[in-house]
Amino acid sequence: MSVNLTIGKAINAGLRRAMEADPKVLVMGEDVGRLGGVFRVTDQLHKDFGADRVIDTPLAESGIVGTAIGLALRGYRPVCEIQFDGFFFPATNQSFTQLAKMRRRSAGALSVPVVLRIPYGGGIGAVEHHSESPEAYFAHTAGLRVVTVANAVDAYWMIQQAITSQDPVVFFEPKRRYYDKADVDTDASPDSALPMGAARVARPGTDATLLAYGPMVKTALQAAEADTDHSLEVVDLRSISPVDYATVEESVRRTGRLVITHEAPVSGGVGGEIAARITESCFYHLEAPVIRVGAFDTPYPQSRLEEHYLPDLDRILDGVDRAFTY
Amino acid sequence: MSDNTAHGEPELVQLLTPDGELIDHPDYPLEIGPEDIRGLYRDLVLVRRVDTEAVALQRQGELGLWASLLGQEAAQIGSARALRPQDTAFPSYREHGVAWVRGVEPKALLGMWRGVSNGGWDPAQHGLQLYTIVIGSQTLHATGYAMGVQRDGATGEDGSAVIVYFGDGATSQGDTSEAFNFAAVNNAPVVFFLQNNQWAISEPPERQARVPLYRRAAGFGFPGVRIDGNDVFASLAVTRKAMQQAREGQGPMLIEAFTYRMGAHTTNDDPTRYRVAAELEEWKAKDPILRLRAHIQQQGLGDDDFFTEVENEADRLGERLRSECRSLPDPDPLDIFHEVYAEPNTQLDLQRAEFADYLASFEDAGAEGGR
Ligand SMILES: Cc1ncc(C[n+]2csc(CCOP(=O)(O)OP(=O)(O)O)c2C)c(N)n1
Repeated sequence: MSVNLTIGKAINAGLRRAMEADPKVLVMGEDVGRLGGVFRVTDQLHKDFGADRVIDTPLAESGIVGTAIGLALRGYRPVCEIQFDGFFFPATNQSFTQLAKMRRRSAGALSVPVVLRIPYGGGIGAVEHHSESPEAYFAHTAGLRVVTVANAVDAYWMIQQAITSQDPVVFFEPKRRYYDKADVDTDASPDSALPMGAARVARPGTDATLLAYGPMVKTALQAAEADTDHSLEVVDLRSISPVDYATVEESVRRTGRLVITHEAPVSGGVGGEIAARITESCFYHLEAPVIRVGAFDTPYPQSRLEEHYLPDLDRILDGVDRAFTY
Repeated sequence: MSDNTAHGEPELVQLLTPDGELIDHPDYPLEIGPEDIRGLYRDLVLVRRVDTEAVALQRQGELGLWASLLGQEAAQIGSARALRPQDTAFPSYREHGVAWVRGVEPKALLGMWRGVSNGGWDPAQHGLQLYTIVIGSQTLHATGYAMGVQRDGATGEDGSAVIVYFGDGATSQGDTSEAFNFAAVNNAPVVFFLQNNQWAISEPPERQARVPLYRRAAGFGFPGVRIDGNDVFASLAVTRKAMQQAREGQGPMLIEAFTYRMGAHTTNDDPTRYRVAAELEEWKAKDPILRLRAHIQQQGLGDDDFFTEVENEADRLGERLRSECRSLPDPDPLDIFHEVYAEPNTQLDLQRAEFADYLASFEDAGAEGGR
């Protein structure tokens, strides 16, 4: 059956299906119960699965991730909601020193299949600490898988793939896109879905590759649409760690140009890492240096300035123009 | 009343009943004259008006968000009126009443919620640090600040102390436990002022703790007391004593103001999803403003003219706030780069220059008739 779902509702449906399929799957976090989360992503799960499986935790992120590790060690599959990007930081110690390193530390004897769901990114007019894009910290931490979604179809399938993964997965949800809709075939076999680690060509093109993920995929597609001078290919990265370099390289070899865009500050960001790697692997195919279009190296500004801070269509096209000046 | 249930109302310090009667408390004498009582009333009414206007402004799209203090006025006004100018307060994000008492212009409070600034006032000038969004963080800052006050020898009978505001939910954060512990082992002059407004967004105190929150202090080795948080006199008298004890070297104290958040968590929240209407009705009967009004009337401390005058003042304040809010200018786009570092930063200078050029390119394009 094909249903028209928003990204938020698709994650909800994916969580529900995972909980039905495996009684070990738990949902936990602040306000995930009766309220259904501040974005309502866990709406109705508390009513249908009960307070033992949909746990309103105390207001303590370190506690959420730390106890999720313990639950996972005991055979459960906790899916933790961190209410907003900026509130993840109290849980960094548990996530980076413990969650990420359990498997390696135990020489493979232990698995901690924890999912951390984090609504992230800006564009919703919020106050401080509600608009950040912290994915690079996670991508820099070995032992974690880091993914993000750009549409409801991926949202539905990838949350289930994240839950069945034996590795800890950080699942970034683009909060300003929660209400974007798409048709999702909820009866399809899970095997038919694109694997969580794969990038996807979201729009084919021949002149340059625009690489984006999460909330920026939509903006990149709009930019590609708007650029009538060039045929831009848009690649939706989907997995931030590990990166599906094969797909990115294949695209860049064809188009000869790469423009990477993300909401996070450019310096030390995911784009820089990909740029370096592509420069190594595709040097003789590149017609221009890899261009990055991201945010400034400043804290996320007060909301009245976020339209200037977030890369928009014009900033992306400006980056594309630069790639064509070589 | 017994103290057996975790989150019912065990004995709490109350000096003013919901009917407006005064009760003497042996430990917390209320030293206050008629003029100050009228002043407290005025504070409560005006701060409530600031809050109501701000909620309305958010509804009209003038503010991105607002966290209402409705119902918590007495806890905030009473405790803040207990402070001296040289004391320092560390707020969470709902302390509009504390800000009012510390002389912060109401319009300055709107800045963060409107999205034009991240703060809006000078902390040193007001003895009020900036609002803190990341729950519990400020408890440690306050404790460290108090350790500094202590080292500076700025305590003593006429000295200063520190107060930190946080919620029931915040007691679950590791930071808050760490703050309790640092304050205790250092005997720091800090008062932990916990507003238990019964809800941490959708979660009741039972989801945060198994014991009444004021009892947390005992485990760390300092006193904790629960007060009627809708009683401005109790809030004033107990905070005065706690601050004085702190500045005189007796160490920290936890005050749990047992109160109620009558509105939504923020203007984004829908409380009907998690709490029943009857609860609100119950708490309306304990409204902090009504009970002080009743007291003033019973004691003949103010006549109808007084109440009308306060009401008029609130109207004028509301009007002023509405126009001031609308005229808060949007920051300049290049403001994004300001005050990130104190020292020169070449990397940022470069980005700033590039961005300025980029912005200018639109102006040029505009002059030439578009891109
Ligand atoms: C570290 C952190 N986690 C989560 C949040 C999101 N959040 C904002 S307010 C709030 C509830 C706070 O409850 P409480 O401490 O009781 O204070 P109240 O809002 O009731 O005054 C939550 C979970 C946050 N701001 N910071």
